[in-house]
Amino acid sequence: MADPLAAGPDAVQFRFRDDEPVDHPAVTVDSFLNQSNASAVRIEPGDDARELVPHLEHIRLVEINFPSFTDGRGYSSARILREAGYTGELRAVGDVLVDQLGHMRRCGFDSFEPDHQMNEDDAKAALRTWPEVYQAAADTRAPIWKLRHKEGSHG
Amino acid sequence: MYRYDKYDQAMVDARVAEFRDQARRRLEGKMTEDQFKPLRLQNGLYLQLHAYMLRVAVPYGTLNAQQMHMLADIADKYDRGYGHFTTRQNIQYNWIKLEDTADILADLAKVEMHAIQTSGNCIRNISSDQYAGAAADELIDPRPYAELLRQWSSFHPEFLALPRKFKICVIASETDRAAMKLHDIGIRIVKNDAGEIGAAFYVGGGMGRTPMIAPLIREFVPLDQLITYAEACLRVYNRYGRRDNKFKARIKILVHELGKEEYARQVEEEFAHLLTQDIEPPLAELERIKEYFADPAFEAGASDEIDLSDPDFALWVKNNCHAHKQPGYITATISLKPVGGIPGDASAAQMHLMAELGKEYSFDEMRVTHAQNIVLPHVKKADLYTLWQKLDEAGLGAANLDSIEDIIACPGLDYCSLANARSIPVAQKISERFAGNGKTETLGELKLKISGCINACGHHHAGHIGILGVDKKGLENYQLLLGGCEGEDTSLGKITGPGFTEDGIVDAVDKAADVYLAQRQEGERFLDTYRRIGMDPFKEAIYG
Amino acid sequence: MKILTGNDLRTGQVTWWTGQGWSIHVEDAVDVGDQADAIAAREEGARRVNVPYAINAEIDEKGGVRPAHIKDRIRALGPTVRPDLTLKPADPEAGNWVI
Repeated sequence: MADPLAAGPDAVQFRFRDDEPVDHPAVTVDSFLNQSNASAVRIEPGDDARELVPHLEHIRLVEINFPSFTDGRGYSSARILREAGYTGELRAVGDVLVDQLGHMRRCGFDSFEPDHQMNEDDAKAALRTWPEVYQAAADTRAPIWKLRHKEGSHG
Repeated sequence: MYRYDKYDQAMVDARVAEFRDQARRRLEGKMTEDQFKPLRLQNGLYLQLHAYMLRVAVPYGTLNAQQMHMLADIADKYDRGYGHFTTRQNIQYNWIKLEDTADILADLAKVEMHAIQTSGNCIRNISSDQYAGAAADELIDPRPYAELLRQWSSFHPEFLALPRKFKICVIASETDRAAMKLHDIGIRIVKNDAGEIGAAFYVGGGMGRTPMIAPLIREFVPLDQLITYAEACLRVYNRYGRRDNKFKARIKILVHELGKEEYARQVEEEFAHLLTQDIEPPLAELERIKEYFADPAFEAGASDEIDLSDPDFALWVKNNCHAHKQPGYITATISLKPVGGIPGDASAAQMHLMAELGKEYSFDEMRVTHAQNIVLPHVKKADLYTLWQKLDEAGLGAANLDSIEDIIACPGLDYCSLANARSIPVAQKISERFAGNGKTETLGELKLKISGCINACGHHHAGHIGILGVDKKGLENYQLLLGGCEGEDTSLGKITGPGFTEDGIVDAVDKAADVYLAQRQEGERFLDTYRRIGMDPFKEAIYG
Repeated sequence: MKILTGNDLRTGQVTWWTGQGWSIHVEDAVDVGDQADAIAAREEGARRVNVPYAINAEIDEKGGVRPAHIKDRIRALGPTVRPDLTLKPADPEAGNWVI
């Protein structure tokens, strides 16, 4: 795991990957589907992430835009891509706030490009918030129900 | 009842710490109100008419004495000595300080309670049948399924910024005591022809400004796919629910606009995909939860005799008690609707008393009902008279359950910043009118529900008689609705015509009641008579 | 006249702009003329008030400040159904001022 607070390209504040970042700008889903030689795509809230599924092997970066932090469609887009086996970079872009970091990580995001830089101590704290998780999601954390039954006891 | 294990406790403790830090950042100016608002709402904290308001969850309405005592202590320590039980089995405090809120949440966590997701655009407190685990007519106790859903929905990372709020209800009887079909998802636990237990999903119900009765989306979801199916329902909503208009953002609009068949088809597609993702807790987890809901140690062979020679007691037994599955036991409801009182309000002293009685007479268990009353689910019939005497002495013995005095009312303009008119004074005047003219008992079951605005927190659409407060050129005005019902035969009330002043609406209700008394046939409730004779005779009496 | 109201950020208490600061008594409210937005922005920025907004009001026959809408009069006094919890628990007529 890379140091999450290491500098990424340009405005990327946190990046949880060691591979080389994509060095060209992301294209819209429509233009990607039309030309499809780009390896970076940006998903807007109204886009259907599933349209990218047949092309995942060509994609190294997906940016998911959050024009407003109250619009949660991007969380579903992220999980859908991870569930389809996408292993490239999944970057949350836009109105991304510190209190969403933990949930975004769970949905499969591994880099963050917020409109406004976050306080790094607050970000570290936010990522440490949850000792455990209740659900299976796009990360590797074992849900509480799995821990309970692995132990073979009622905790 | 369910008890936290180390994981559950760690999660609520983490939530308290998270909120403490968020409140600190807000008070230090590191966050704007716009940024803070969704965070505080997802911890139940509103900014209301007079102060902050904190809504505390009572998951599926079940609580024990220690928890009720804590609710009372919070009322005394941080509020002004009382709380308000709500139509979604929660309790609200009206005079909360932001700077105290993390401490309150910490106190709640000490007794395995929380305010998580009691507001905001996320999955809210899971509600259930207030007689769950006690009712003679239930298939099975629905609460283990509600608890499974509670854990799944808590901090669900994908569903914390939904288009709008999302309410789930789980029942397991043919009789619907929880307004199941008026929820975003209503689940009825059912048995299929093969004798297997599963879940029927009704999706897209709700009240608010566009009331809708949830259609059946799937007749049978196997228990080992329950969470996966719910996740599919939510994902389709999160992706395609409307976000362009707040008033059209609830799932009922999506289901309505797509049509239930198309919505169901999309859910099936997502469901088929999610079944490959290994997100379902094992049945062993459901079994683990079920153990907590095992029957209490009922006394075998307890007597079914109740001495009804005291007529006041007899009336209370007739109106406020419900058949229990265990011979010798009964379910008793404490009415929080004293004549002229504030529906759903309880003082700290009353909460302490109810806690003591719940501990002594109901195996340490109480329920909050969607009609804003408190239930003692498991009372031995032999103890019932003593229990009633203690309640009656404390002013908690009103024998008016499901009567016209048992009014559901939202806080209205006395407390709520969304309201257009006051609800509580109307409720007070109606209960005083009918207690005064002696018609309450003659009228029998008559569910009257009052909302102070179109958001319908007082369930006015589902009242046999509904009242909706509106703002008419700066003055409070009240519309009358007839024919709503939240039960298994759910229906939505219709507006009678032009609205009334506060006194006018009380008269109009009285006239509607008189039409029923004049026209009813043997065995008919108000609702039945209305359904038989229609709106016209009522209109004539009210406006003629 | 226009007066400015909001809630205290820390306590949530209803407050009214007095020209110098914030008071819980509506009688202390002053006409802000066309300065509502400027005052609101400055005071909210300094976290002396939360969610401030301007409302219409008038001077009543007793010389007191009376918000034009019932909602703000209830905010100014307290819940009409709990006179004991209002700012004027000893005044039996206080509720009439709201309506």
